[in-house]
Amino acid sequence: MLLIRCPYCEMERPELEFRHAGEAHVARPADPETVSDEDWAKFLYFRANTKGLYAERWRHTHGCGRFFNCLRDTVSDKIQATYKAGEPRPEATR
Amino acid sequence: MSAFRTSDGGRVNRAAPLSFTFDGRPYQGFAGDTLASALIANGVHLVGRSFKYHRPRGFLSAGAEEPNALVDVDRGGGRSAPNLRATQVELYEGLVARSQHRWPSLKYDVGEINDLVPVGLFSSGFYYKTFMAPAAAWKSIYEPFIRRAAGLGVTPREADPDHYAQHYAFCDVLVVGAGAAGLAAALAAGESGARVILADEQAEMGGGLLDEVDATIDGASAKEWLAAALSRLAALPNVTLLPRTQAFGYYARNFLGLAERVTDHLAAPATHAPRERLWKVRAGRVVLATGAIERPIVFPDNDRPGVMLASAARTYLNRYGVKPGKKALVFTADDTGYAAALDLSKAGVAIAAIVDIRAAPEGPGLALAKAAGFNIRPATSIAGVEGRTRVTGAHLASVDADGSASPGRLVACDLVLMAGGWTPAVHLFSQSRGKLAFDAARQIYVPGEAAQAQRSVGACNGTFDLAAALGEGFRAGAEASGRPSERAYVVAGAVAPSGGFHGAAPHPRDPGQVKAFVDFQHDVTAKDIKLAVREGMRSIEHVKRYTTTGMATDQGKTSNMNGLAIAANALGNSIPEVGLTTFRPPFTPVTFGTFAGHSRGDLFDPIRQTPMHARAAALGAVFEDVGQWKRAWYFPNEGESMHAAVKRECLAVRESAGVFDATTLGKIEVVGPDAAEFLERLYTNPWAKLGIGRCRYGLMLTEAGFVMDDGVIGRLAADRFHVTTTTGGAPRVLAHMEDYLQTEFPDLKVWLTSTTEQWAVIAVQGPKAREILAPLIEGIDLSAGAMPHMSLREGAICGVPTRLFRVSFTGELGFEVNVPADHGAAIWDAIGDAGRPHGLVPYGTEAMHVLRAEKGYIIVGQETDGTVTPADLGLDWAIGKAKRDFVGKRSLRRPDMLKPDRPQLVGLLTENPSVVLEEGLQITAKAAPAKGASALGHVTSSYFSATLGRSIALALVAGGRARMGETLHAPIVNGAISAKVVEPIFYDPKGARLDA
Repeated sequence: MLLIRCPYCEMERPELEFRHAGEAHVARPADPETVSDEDWAKFLYFRANTKGLYAERWRHTHGCGRFFNCLRDTVSDKIQATYKAGEPRPEATR
Repeated sequence: MSAFRTSDGGRVNRAAPLSFTFDGRPYQGFAGDTLASALIANGVHLVGRSFKYHRPRGFLSAGAEEPNALVDVDRGGGRSAPNLRATQVELYEGLVARSQHRWPSLKYDVGEINDLVPVGLFSSGFYYKTFMAPAAAWKSIYEPFIRRAAGLGVTPREADPDHYAQHYAFCDVLVVGAGAAGLAAALAAGESGARVILADEQAEMGGGLLDEVDATIDGASAKEWLAAALSRLAALPNVTLLPRTQAFGYYARNFLGLAERVTDHLAAPATHAPRERLWKVRAGRVVLATGAIERPIVFPDNDRPGVMLASAARTYLNRYGVKPGKKALVFTADDTGYAAALDLSKAGVAIAAIVDIRAAPEGPGLALAKAAGFNIRPATSIAGVEGRTRVTGAHLASVDADGSASPGRLVACDLVLMAGGWTPAVHLFSQSRGKLAFDAARQIYVPGEAAQAQRSVGACNGTFDLAAALGEGFRAGAEASGRPSERAYVVAGAVAPSGGFHGAAPHPRDPGQVKAFVDFQHDVTAKDIKLAVREGMRSIEHVKRYTTTGMATDQGKTSNMNGLAIAANALGNSIPEVGLTTFRPPFTPVTFGTFAGHSRGDLFDPIRQTPMHARAAALGAVFEDVGQWKRAWYFPNEGESMHAAVKRECLAVRESAGVFDATTLGKIEVVGPDAAEFLERLYTNPWAKLGIGRCRYGLMLTEAGFVMDDGVIGRLAADRFHVTTTTGGAPRVLAHMEDYLQTEFPDLKVWLTSTTEQWAVIAVQGPKAREILAPLIEGIDLSAGAMPHMSLREGAICGVPTRLFRVSFTGELGFEVNVPADHGAAIWDAIGDAGRPHGLVPYGTEAMHVLRAEKGYIIVGQETDGTVTPADLGLDWAIGKAKRDFVGKRSLRRPDMLKPDRPQLVGLLTENPSVVLEEGLQITAKAAPAKGASALGHVTSSYFSATLGRSIALALVAGGRARMGETLHAPIVNGAISAKVVEPIFYDPKGARLDA
């Protein structure tokens, strides 16, 4: 069971306290009315399926309730970093 | 005492005899025996029948890796367990065990005919090539036959009456395995003060040390050293000893699952004790000391009772005081085979010969055996075994320099010991995502780069020498506790594994005509693996699945390496080129109950009840589950059927009034200067101009434009809204709102609070609703002019604060009384008392469903399924046309969303008004549609309407709104029900009754 560091609670908590919330940094277009059908469909339904470091969201549902971001290696399942919602993806370090 | 029990020695308690039965026959054993050792002591070797061929089987091993001796142990009262390894069943007084997979008896099993049919008929993958034709025979002949023949063991018929406990535990150092290396690790870590857990699957800790009689450690006998180590560990307060505890799974970040067997070994366990306990351990560091497993050798008929692992014979002798036979032939490829021969010989077992498959073996064990004068034959193999239910002899074969074999003599014996070499038990290491490394010199896989904070020590790390294993364990334990240190151990008299063989042993016979077993439990032979390769299986994963080798409950513990070697040889590749299959938990089978813990029956899921639950129950309500909630479904009078009750409830609501518990619906308090703006973005409707004290029916879409939830929203102040959701959707809606608020619109100043459980909600619906409620209400004018439909007021009811909504889901004059939850029951009583003289009747969710359907009000999850748009439902009116953006808006004009033939909400009136369509029925244009024709839609809601005196239904039908008046059909078995398409509203279409 993963241990995930909630950047708001500032402590590592077991995976059971969290719910995965999909790919990170998928911003809702600021003006959906100007987006083409094709681009809108991509926004709705296309997500990266990265082998390796993947930026994803988690929510601390059984804790503070906040959404945050996480860099996890999808092959080793090791979490490299967690960072608050709105913060940019940190540089990958080995 | 039996002929096979030694007069002394072993670790069993000879002062404590125990009686038990096997297949109905009584036997005796001692405390400390396993079922296996006790049976062998009584000369019993035939204990099972193999899976496919029903061949007679005996004990291959003395431990967890046992593939053959699977038994059923029955304690009565539903406490029976099939497929237990007899080598792990601890003996207790009165134990009742039975063999499996044989009929009518173990000795005379009809299934053995499978073994006698032409060789190759049941080879690997036979089921891919058989049972094909005729197709009609499948259901009546093939399937019933296969079901009867397949499987192993009989599942218990009664519910499991035992209870199981679960437990989280945390430690600095978890040591898995209490053999020499594990004990050294635990001592080092324990002495340093770290919190240590030491777990071992066996009842007695000690691992391989339990089999050592001659070895000494630092001058003390292995037995004395072991006793001192255990006593020291037991005295350390920071050390937890867990015998009978199998570490079965290694998960992320040093999280391991351990299954502790608490009472199975007790004749009369205390009733309060759990049968097993699941330890969910998070460890700072893990030391894996899981040992190694001896390999059998693959030769023809190597599965006969009396053919076993050499180390198992040594265990039965030294640990249990049992001689597994009178005259042994040892077939070895490893130095430890000689150690087994020496010990057995000292106990009086004749050693007919020791044959070594190697041409020029070396080692201290061999030297001792030579010195003892045994008949040792190098470059010799076994070509076959005589005896069916017990070995009576073995045919030798000489192996030439080129690897071919020529026939040799027949040796009489009743025991054949196989010492094929030792495979490090790397299962947990691999589960932890560690990378294995192949030691080419020794042809074994050992732990390579670890992925977690752990060390592997001792035999599981390929460190077979006892002194080295102890030192390695100590160093790892010390390092794990944060205080690195080392020490050396002085060991004498122990023979370490060296040598080994994999693959099929050479023999001079026709390989197509013999069965040389690789996987004993799944009856997979060397021939099967070669066949898989011939049929094109290249990857070891395919070979495994095609032959089923390694897929039985023993997961290939004694077969994987031999299978791999045979496949590699057939493919012309090296072992590492072919690769290993994935190791998965559990290491040995774990009882379902252990995983379930207390999550069973009433405790499986939390049950949510409203504050009025007991009142409804007292009124005789029948409840239904809506998510985790119990909701009153209908309130039958004495002897009333559901149909009659629902009819009565519906008529009462329309004629006088009904009272309904609406507490389960979600409620969210949305507060803040940007509250209205937030709702504008999350719902289709406009909210900014909604007046204070007014309500609106809110429609919520997913970003993809599909209806996700709905509910009435009331405005209490400029910055405060009382939002309601569906019962089932409440948590999802709040999560959806939080997602947008936190991550898309974080600049909005609005706060969301779930108030579902804080308000009890009592709906009063019907023409008498106002008359009933008004006398109870203070501070609110309920008259039609003062409180129009879809408004909300704050005041008091019977002195209790209330938010009173004038809303209706029935189409009648209606109110919903919201009071703080603790007052719910009392207010329900007060309303009931006030309403009785007016004919107020409690109604449940079924009547609620019918009444709203008569009005064509949708229910999310019934008329919608996540693919239905507002336009499909005729709810375009709920969309604020002037709104530039809201969640889902952009999607509504995607091309697919605008197609005219999308399923649209319509009403259906069956031609025969007493026929009620079944919900979910498909709708077709023709009564007898052509095969392959598409349906036009389906029935979403369907009821008998007491109000209308006939059936009604709602449906989603392709292009439904253009089909008004058409007759469509719902095919059923042997026919179809025809129905006319009508507007989806059956009662008071103008809504006059709402404005009362």
